Amino acid sequence: MPVPVIEVKHLKKYFSTPRGMLHAVDDVSFTIERGKTLGVVGESGCGKSTLGRTIIHLHEPSAGQVFLDGNDITGVRGGDLKRAREKMQIIFQDPYSSLDSRKTIESTVREPLKVAKKYSKAEIDEKTIALMNLVGIDERLRQSYPHELDGGRRQRVGIARALALDPEFVVCDEPVSALDVSIQAQVLNLLKKLQMDKGLTYMFVTHDMSVVRHISDDICVMYLGQVVEKCPAKELFRMPLHPYTKALLSAIPSVDIHHPNKREILKGEITSPINPKPGCRFAARCPHATEACQQAQVQEEVSPGHFVTCCRIHEL
Amino acid sequence: MLKPVKKKSEFARVMKQLAKNKLAILGLIILLAEIILCAGAPLFTKYGVAEMDYMSFMDPTPSAEHIFGCDSMGFDIYTRVLYGGRYSITIGIAAIIISACIGIVIGSVAGYFGGQVDNVIMRLLDVIQAIPGMLLMIVISAMLGPGFVNTILALSVSSIPGMARMLRANMMKERGNEYIEASQSINCSKPRIIFIHLLPNCISPIIVQATMGVAQTITLAASLSFIGLGVQPPTPEWGAMLSASRAYIRQYPHMVIFPGLAIAVTVLALNLLGDGLRDALDPKLKN
Repeated sequence: MPVPVIEVKHLKKYFSTPRGMLHAVDDVSFTIERGKTLGVVGESGCGKSTLGRTIIHLHEPSAGQVFLDGNDITGVRGGDLKRAREKMQIIFQDPYSSLDSRKTIESTVREPLKVAKKYSKAEIDEKTIALMNLVGIDERLRQSYPHELDGGRRQRVGIARALALDPEFVVCDEPVSALDVSIQAQVLNLLKKLQMDKGLTYMFVTHDMSVVRHISDDICVMYLGQVVEKCPAKELFRMPLHPYTKALLSAIPSVDIHHPNKREILKGEITSPINPKPGCRFAARCPHATEACQQAQVQEEVSPGHFVTCCRIHEL
Repeated sequence: MLKPVKKKSEFARVMKQLAKNKLAILGLIILLAEIILCAGAPLFTKYGVAEMDYMSFMDPTPSAEHIFGCDSMGFDIYTRVLYGGRYSITIGIAAIIISACIGIVIGSVAGYFGGQVDNVIMRLLDVIQAIPGMLLMIVISAMLGPGFVNTILALSVSSIPGMARMLRANMMKERGNEYIEASQSINCSKPRIIFIHLLPNCISPIIVQATMGVAQTITLAASLSFIGLGVQPPTPEWGAMLSASRAYIRQYPHMVIFPGLAIAVTVLALNLLGDGLRDALDPKLKN
């Protein structure tokens, strides 16, 4: 079996707040094979983005390990961190704040190459042009500033910057949720094309179920920092098992007016992620919750490749 | 292949933008004219800086001989305004440049790193700010002794906290933007993130503050001269001239009007220039 590009083991990221420890990412494990896309879905504040940022070392993990190509990169520093980061990049959600408004498009795309100190000036020039062509930014926009571009073009600049150092793994942190629907498709197709051409591995963070279905090989559903269900994309939509996944899927609007989705409306408040109790975090809103749900939950492989964290999974 | 494009440097771009702002250009022209007049003072006046005209005691008001009139000592005010500008403008600009440089470094470090670093730096600045500005300047000049260089030092120390605080606040705001995370992920070093990315996005209020600060510093230097801790007489300095002629303001208002006007015009020119610079520095306002 080939070594996965990214392997995450029991990753935790806690933030200390005045009211206690905020469990943003709590014991998450998964692997992503080369050239595949892992979609990460969940509602706002469930730790999707923090997970992505912790993997690529924008945040220091509180516990757990991250392996890149089989090498443990948890807590690496200095030159090792630099080399690791060159292989892992991120595309941000907001194409407005993710570009420095005082730098031209060209200098934004050039910067990673310049900072890497590996290339001569001529090589940088050549690579910059190649990158801009690759993501489809017109050459005449080279000297433009970000505010002169529309959201889609800005996002392309962000993609070009992320790809400048030829990464293996790219975290896409809701890359299309700030864009118009028509532009969303363009950017998604661009990401797919790049994946095919360069063999990229994606972790695709989003809350948009239709987007994630379109782009992912595997999907991992998060609720309050924990993975509640993980399986191949097709299977998730065909046979969701966790009560939260079911509720999430029922929220996708149907285009068929004769067979509208039966919407499962969740009641209750999201449990606070600060100092959560052991036990299922979804229990407070789960229609099937029982006594047993107050105990710590274990992840279970119900069918090959389909993991669910719910103690009542066999009863439901 | 990249064409060898019209590689617009940042400086050239800012200048081009500035040129479009007529008021800023007016400010710049006034300032340059003042600098030329002051630097080449002997060329523009026939009197010496400490040359008394005994006849003027009869009537010190402006005349064909003395276009700005004479002061209580019989010195030609026009001459002294020119020579005084050398000191006033130099003090103002030098003090602000020193305090801006130090303030920028301190503010950047505090704002970027935050946490304990920020806490320590800010508490130190609090100590400086707890002392009233004027008192602090008096203490420093009294310690170092009066004089031109010491005046500059005293003035710059007291404006460092303001600069540092302003930059820190901007840094903290900008730091949260995703492009900073992006620069981390492409391995930019901390100095590079601070000085290449954050600073250009935070600097405009500092530039505006600095140009206006020059004006304020000129008047503060005047206060120091007034209590005898600034530039020493008979060195002509605008503020010193103002305070020396204060007693005659009812009988001979021209004695305060002309040095006052010199300060006011300089302040105005600096403010116009500062506003223009702020706009020119912001690529979003490019039309």
